Amino acid sequence: MKTHSLRHGGVIALLVCLLSAPLVAMAVDDPSEMLPDPAQEQRAEAIGSQLRCLVCQNESIEDSSADLARDLRHVVREHVARGESNRQIMDWMVNRYGNFIRLRPPLTVGTLLLWIMPLLALCIGIGVAWWTFRRPRTVTPTPLTDEERRRLSDLTETR
Amino acid sequence: MSGQPSSPTRRRLLMAAPLVVAGGVGVGFWRMLSGMTKGSFDPHDIHAPALNRPVPDFALPDQAPGQGFSAQDLRALKSPILVNYFASWCIPCVAEMPVLNALKERLPIWGIAYKDKPEHALGFVQRAGNPYARIAADRDGLAAIDWGVSGVPETFLIGPGGVIRWHTASPITETMITSTIMPLADSLKP
Repeated sequence: MKTHSLRHGGVIALLVCLLSAPLVAMAVDDPSEMLPDPAQEQRAEAIGSQLRCLVCQNESIEDSSADLARDLRHVVREHVARGESNRQIMDWMVNRYGNFIRLRPPLTVGTLLLWIMPLLALCIGIGVAWWTFRRPRTVTPTPLTDEERRRLSDLTETR
Repeated sequence: MSGQPSSPTRRRLLMAAPLVVAGGVGVGFWRMLSGMTKGSFDPHDIHAPALNRPVPDFALPDQAPGQGFSAQDLRALKSPILVNYFASWCIPCVAEMPVLNALKERLPIWGIAYKDKPEHALGFVQRAGNPYARIAADRDGLAAIDWGVSGVPETFLIGPGGVIRWHTASPITETMITSTIMPLADSLKP
């Protein structure tokens, strides 16, 4: 009985952990933060998901529960409610935090390599493949020199 | 080359190629890592585009024991000052206080208490020794966003006319002062 109840305790603890995990993730979705207009809220979320949280740098401000992310979400919603375009809001953010705040880096001289890398890798792959398959598969051996022939006959004779 | 076995030079070149590539990558990583320990390379650094721009519009209330200030006050400056974002709940801010206190005689420092309760910020300044000539309170942290601040401490060197001349998102160190801040501040003095 004792072991049985212990086992139950373990299962319950596990369930509590598993069930509370989504609660942590949802902590960000505080309804009081949201805009009353669903269309505007959706736009704000779309913009926010493209903005980097500068505290936890690989999360968007919509995903992060950092204080700064909450403030930035608030600022985005203010701008959306004011009727600014996505581009205007993005520019406002870039003006303050640089291109680093954009999770999708813009195509510039500095990010050119990043953007063309897949194409470049494909080209290199095709080039290597073409160069490899173009070569004849059978390699005709060069005839033996006199020296080599003598050595070969020496070796075979001693056998 | 068709059908002929590779020449020794060619074979040697092909053998060396991966070594050269691996060596190059190694040197690159080594430089990054040594830069991280020396502080010249910080992958988390946010290159805020604030440099050489006038300070953003803002007006912040007093934070005891100092007097608040606004963008106009900074734009009216004739000689350089430091603007330092701090908070009582920020450990690196505690760490940089002795350095700021040693600096205040040479360069005026104006503080902005970031998202802090007035009594906590006051207690912090009283405990650590007050390096600030003026202190403003940014309670909701929205002025900080206009400055491009992403956390505390963050420090800006403001030149005459309220133009941001230098910026760091890490605690101020003695090395930073002697190698960067003071030379720059001296060059900005009228």
